[in-house]
Amino acid sequence: MRVKTSWRSERLLPAKDHEACGLFGVMDITGRRFGGEMAINAIKNIKVRGNGLGGGFAVYGLYPEHKDYYALHIMFQNKSVEAKEKVEDFLVEHFNVVYDEEIPTDPQVNLFCPPLVWRYFVAPKKKGEEHSLPDDDYVVSRVMHINTGIEDAYVFSSGKDMGVFKGVGFPEEIAAYFLLDRLYEGYLWTVHSRFPTNTPGWWGGAHPFSILDWTVVHNGEISSYGTNRRFLEMHDYYCTLYTDTEVMAYAVDLLMRRQGLPIEVVAKIFAPPMWDLIEYMEEKEKKLYTALRMVYAPLLINGPFTVIVARHSEMFGLTDRIRLRPITAGAKGNLVFLSSEEAAIRCVCPDLDLAWTPRGGEPVVVRLHSQDHLLSLNQSV
Amino acid sequence: MGNLNVKFGLRDMFLDGVRPVHELAGCVFLNEHRVEIDAQGLKHKELNDLLRKTLLEGITKITVRNVYGQRYIGTRLYRPDPEKKAEITIYRNPGNDLGAFLDGHRIVVYGNAQDGVGNTMDGGEIIVHGRAGDIVAMSMRGGKIMIRDNVGYRAAIHMKEYPGKVPVLVIGGTAQDFFGEYMAGGIVLLLGLNLKENERHKAHYIGTGMHGGVIYLRGRVEEYQLGKEVGVRELDDRDWEIVQRYVGEFSAHFGFSADKILKGKFQKLLPVSKRPYGKIYAY
Amino acid sequence: MYSYLLPEFVVERREERCIRCRVCERQCANGVHSYDAERDQMWAAEQACVGCQRCAVFCPTQALTVRPHPAEYRPNSSWTREKLQDLKKQAETGGVILTGSGNDKPYRIYWDHLVLNASQVTNPSIDPLREPMELKTFLGRKPDTLKIVLHGEDVRIESELYPNIPVATPIVFSAMSYGAISYQAFKSLAMAAKEYGTLFNTGEGGLPAAMRQDYGKNAIVQCASGRFGVDPEYLNCAAAIEIKIGQGAKPGIGGHLPGEKVSENISVTRMIPQGTDALSPAPQHDIYSIEDLSMLIYALKEATNYEKPVSVKIAAVHNVAAIASGMVRAGADIIAIDGLRGGTGAAPKIIRDNVGIPIELALAAVDQRLREEGIRHKCSILAAGGIRCSADVVKAVALGADAVYIGTSALVAMGCTLCQKCYTGKCNWGICTQDPYLAKRLNPEIASQRLINLLRGWSHEIKEMLGGMGINAIESLRGNREHLRGVGLAEWELNVLGVKGAGE
Repeated sequence: MRVKTSWRSERLLPAKDHEACGLFGVMDITGRRFGGEMAINAIKNIKVRGNGLGGGFAVYGLYPEHKDYYALHIMFQNKSVEAKEKVEDFLVEHFNVVYDEEIPTDPQVNLFCPPLVWRYFVAPKKKGEEHSLPDDDYVVSRVMHINTGIEDAYVFSSGKDMGVFKGVGFPEEIAAYFLLDRLYEGYLWTVHSRFPTNTPGWWGGAHPFSILDWTVVHNGEISSYGTNRRFLEMHDYYCTLYTDTEVMAYAVDLLMRRQGLPIEVVAKIFAPPMWDLIEYMEEKEKKLYTALRMVYAPLLINGPFTVIVARHSEMFGLTDRIRLRPITAGAKGNLVFLSSEEAAIRCVCPDLDLAWTPRGGEPVVVRLHSQDHLLSLNQSV
Repeated sequence: MGNLNVKFGLRDMFLDGVRPVHELAGCVFLNEHRVEIDAQGLKHKELNDLLRKTLLEGITKITVRNVYGQRYIGTRLYRPDPEKKAEITIYRNPGNDLGAFLDGHRIVVYGNAQDGVGNTMDGGEIIVHGRAGDIVAMSMRGGKIMIRDNVGYRAAIHMKEYPGKVPVLVIGGTAQDFFGEYMAGGIVLLLGLNLKENERHKAHYIGTGMHGGVIYLRGRVEEYQLGKEVGVRELDDRDWEIVQRYVGEFSAHFGFSADKILKGKFQKLLPVSKRPYGKIYAY
Repeated sequence: MYSYLLPEFVVERREERCIRCRVCERQCANGVHSYDAERDQMWAAEQACVGCQRCAVFCPTQALTVRPHPAEYRPNSSWTREKLQDLKKQAETGGVILTGSGNDKPYRIYWDHLVLNASQVTNPSIDPLREPMELKTFLGRKPDTLKIVLHGEDVRIESELYPNIPVATPIVFSAMSYGAISYQAFKSLAMAAKEYGTLFNTGEGGLPAAMRQDYGKNAIVQCASGRFGVDPEYLNCAAAIEIKIGQGAKPGIGGHLPGEKVSENISVTRMIPQGTDALSPAPQHDIYSIEDLSMLIYALKEATNYEKPVSVKIAAVHNVAAIASGMVRAGADIIAIDGLRGGTGAAPKIIRDNVGIPIELALAAVDQRLREEGIRHKCSILAAGGIRCSADVVKAVALGADAVYIGTSALVAMGCTLCQKCYTGKCNWGICTQDPYLAKRLNPEIASQRLINLLRGWSHEIKEMLGGMGINAIESLRGNREHLRGVGLAEWELNVLGVKGAGE
């Protein structure tokens, strides 16, 4: 990550990534935790949607024994000891570190330039005026500081009781490397297989992209990226990774965490109905959609996308409004699935109770202890 | 990330690790005159290698079990000389581009199909006992596709016909947006069997840019759901003949009552012009 | 509505030379010339003249001169004559202004700012008249390495080679469809390609069944968004298959072949009913993303039993290098890049003149990117869009192209004069028309000979330039930017092109 300090001109911005991908997410709506086999096997099934240049997983309900602490997953490029010392000095100054360890890996798995990856369980150590700052904002600003200020160090996961594992390779290789099938359980897994056209060879560039407990996995290319990015910059989100996905993550954080909008509304900001359909709506709806489109026009996400966004107790899938990228939802008992292809779901859960294709721009919202995901069925086929 | 300067080279997600056909003998079972293939764990190309080999050996009846997402089934069965056509039965979930460029073979699926069923299909038949994803029958120019349940976005997009070759698509359920977009030919039936009483079809922008062919739509649809290049007509006797014929075939495949289906209200959607964009240019 | 447009051309007839033979009248499909029997005089309706020069060339007494009309509005650097005429035309029609051929605006032509090297003293130049000079080029994907087993005298290649197609010279005819051009022009290209040992490209209008046997092996067949004429036989008869994503003259938009051009033969070849518009959607509707491109590439490989290289053609646009990398990773064996000045049979003028980037910069960026990623050998690069002479070919190869596509140059060789009225279907040269009376003016025997002559002339010139550089095989020039220097270019331009300034 690089900080936007003094770009003299938009011209000097690095080129943005172009990528497309395979996505998969599974959640147990009772909160029961389960292993990574489903996520790993499903993403392996749609291997041809990626090209081996990035894969990653997000797992929720990961660290029940430390669930009150922010779990920071930090990678040190080139296994830099110097970076690690700097980070640890910084952490000790700003946090109470209750526990830390190297994230276990399988040395037998041969991957491209693996960094040193460490995890720290921390609680904010606020001073003076900082006490008025919410914990989340405090953590975000410290994470940004590490990512932009300390060379070769990158925090790629910073939520509580959740974590991201990602790197350069096919996702099943990343899973094997981090021993995901053996060591971890969670009630919600999302996974991403990447097909970038830029190849920085950088582990941080893989998905999921994460801030606090938000994670985003994304497929597509956002044609409105420049508009979205410059709007978010006005709200102090600086896009430092130059991937489409980053825009999506910050927009979700802005609209949902900071502005408190529910996902059902956010989905309509990202993928609003066409004006000619709004014309045919009832007066009240018409007013709402007209207002949303007027106010949040810069956050219309244009171009093809499918995205699976997750945070604690919630996962939602969304495509662009003319569904230029695929998504399939499925359900079996307490398990709800989202995937780029139905076959990926079927290969880990052959006998689904339900399988449906959500309408473009209609979110599938999967929540703990609720049946909200069925709402999207009405609009779907 | 600037300090990394190692080249990745290229990893071929389709072809890396594809096993030669002789190593796949364990997945193939000869059962009288029918070959059964267990596709569990087979890569896209491996399964299609086996299908091609089987057909070249003269065996036309093929059953494929445990299909999970393998693409292009039926695509590599073209032979310049007119050979016997294959009959492929698939269980579970064939992957994208099922029967793309299909050359007269017959494919029956017991399960759901994904995107691109019958993409640029030239001839043959695809019967899906389930639903299908987006762009069903895209640019299809011959043969027949029947989908029992719903289909996704842009079904029948740019289907086309010419003398002696008229593709047919029958969909039992409903479709999503841009149904029949850019349609240039062919016959499409959308039956809406799973819609509730008086529930309208789901799709918007039906037949947008349509400039050929015909859609027979059973059930309710509002005018604002139709593209502006589409006109609505009553069915005449010749239309009823076509509808009866294909509803009959559809019902026979999937065990519905044709009479019951035919009792529904049908409308005929036609392009208003063969040249929808003739007037937009300044010469 | 009365038209306020000024005529574009003035037709000057030297009365003393005119013998009233009325050749000009018969040659002009636009109805410019007419004969007044009462006065025994020829008249010219200049507002219909497109400046194609057919009448001037065919006038037996050279009595005619056709040149741009001298009438001018008040000079204005911002509101030029062209802008004013376009405004009036739109006020009269409310339409999108169509045009043909390539971008004619004064964007910098980088070929003209690049100069070539020659050997002096330290390295002998080679005389191609007497010494061997090789232009043979293979188009397709190359493996990382060859596994070779030696058994005594027996040598065996264990690696599987990808399909590659050889061309005798690094010049390939670019995509021009039957429908956009006449059958005669289409056939001429096929005949010339076959005779010279190179390739022609069918464009997206299909390949007439009668030509598949004889010319399939020299054809790159296109699979474009309209999928016109695409059936398994079409794919399997070809040398290579090209997925057309975009075209330099109109990046990002589709095409409409108007119904009146869809004659019986075209209807059969394109497999659509006679008289309907042949609409090519802007995107391929099974490709909305890079992994979808991969899906179609492998669908085509499956459909042809992995026996043909698959090319993907894109218009040169802002992120061309990243896109090209994705294309190669998606499985493309050849990537064709069509630049800002690429031609077309019909495109909205506003698109043709404003969208895309020059081929020189795009080519240099793509070649560089693929090398940085270590995957340049995984594809061949075809550069297209404004290749006007053999020096442009040599410079393109030095920037990194394996071969070039030529379209406009080939048309000019057949008679085209770049009047830019291809979309009217009234091409007096018989090239861009479906009117049998006009099309038969082009005799494929003669036109193909003109094309072969062009290929021969260029190839010879290429050999001379190679020889001068001390190179006797074209592959030694490929990506060899040492042999290029820039003149009059800014720092950033030299950087993108990856060449030194002259004298540096």
